[in-house]
Amino acid sequence: MAFLETRNVRLRGISACVPARKEYNRDYDWITEDERKLLIKTTGIACRHVAREGTTTSDLCTIAAEKLLNELGWKKEEIDLVVFVTQSRDYFLPSTALILHQKLGLSKNCAAFDMGLGCSGYVYGLSTVAAYMSGGSMKKALLLAGDISTVSVNKRDKSTYPLFGDCGTATALEYDAAAGPMVFNLQSDGTGYEAIIMPDGCLKQLYNDASYVEHEVEKGVIRSKRNLWLNGLDVFNFSVREAPPNITAVMNYSNRTEADYDYLVMHQANLLMNETIRKKLKIPAEKVPYSLADYGNTSSASIPLTIVSQLAERAKQPARWLFSGFGVGLSWGCVSVETDQLVCPPVIETDA
Amino acid sequence: MSIADFIQKIEGEIEELPKGSLQPETHYREIPEWSSMHALILIALCETDYDVTLTGEDMRSCKTVNDLYTLVKSRM
Repeated sequence: MAFLETRNVRLRGISACVPARKEYNRDYDWITEDERKLLIKTTGIACRHVAREGTTTSDLCTIAAEKLLNELGWKKEEIDLVVFVTQSRDYFLPSTALILHQKLGLSKNCAAFDMGLGCSGYVYGLSTVAAYMSGGSMKKALLLAGDISTVSVNKRDKSTYPLFGDCGTATALEYDAAAGPMVFNLQSDGTGYEAIIMPDGCLKQLYNDASYVEHEVEKGVIRSKRNLWLNGLDVFNFSVREAPPNITAVMNYSNRTEADYDYLVMHQANLLMNETIRKKLKIPAEKVPYSLADYGNTSSASIPLTIVSQLAERAKQPARWLFSGFGVGLSWGCVSVETDQLVCPPVIETDA
Repeated sequence: MSIADFIQKIEGEIEELPKGSLQPETHYREIPEWSSMHALILIALCETDYDVTLTGEDMRSCKTVNDLYTLVKSRM
């Protein structure tokens, strides 16, 4: 089992930035009105924030990070590490963490790199930052996580288009010898790499004329090889099979039960899937917050966005959390973490 | 679990199905309102209520409600 226990690292704050522009699934006229009602009820997704063409994930993360640094009173020259988790980079190269390093005006004495993960990315990103920091040499770090997914989906693909929203987040972590441990359980199954995939555009198949040819896969699902493809049934089966035991293993490792935690914050995939996972774990509904209705599936931003949008006030008090991410890869993981006086400014909406 | 219970649960989960509209011999994919979303709802129901996993392949191989019931019962 890929358990990782880190010490001496405290979550200090989380912020999130979304594009101001909204799309409502009640207006999604590619499907019938009855289908729209069923879609909204089943997925729990009523509204999504959609970036303008040209807006990058790094734009959203920069705004989120500036706000958070300001709220915490942190100086930019104090930041020792920036990790950017995304599947929507600014460029093939360089890594977007360097673009963020430049935009934020950080010091040269700062490590910066990207991690290419989606739904599981926030948990993996936390594990990496915490592991780097636990030795004590690095004192302050930023974990930036998010995606602009709406450029990748085809409007005539009902299996993807109404699910995704755009968001960039920032999480501040600090070395603190008094911080409780974080316990991670990180898992992978590369045999499922095709379950969620954008087939063309990278080295395996560079863009070519065929990349833009649209095919009807089934009724209501038209897409090209430059689009994001999602096998909903396979991902559903994978998530409800793998996420619950992954979470239970973290509780067991930590000698805790569900009763010891205040919240389980899951990656916001869709309501039916997440509720199936919650029911299998027998965790009461009031401990499992959702941001799906207002933001949809925001990839690696979904866990921090849910905390900021749903629990900002509560996060000022001491709390024990489980964060669970699962999806594209296939990749999944969970972390047990304690916070106190977590700073969460309100969700920022930008016209950028 | 009897097939009557099974049908009652499905009709309870899928609002678009009027009570009493499903029969054991109903070919569920041929119901006019049937969609891939309903397949997901059925899969979720079997996970939470019976702790039985149905795959996409299972859904394709079953034709009638009775086929599904037999499969679920065999895995309980």
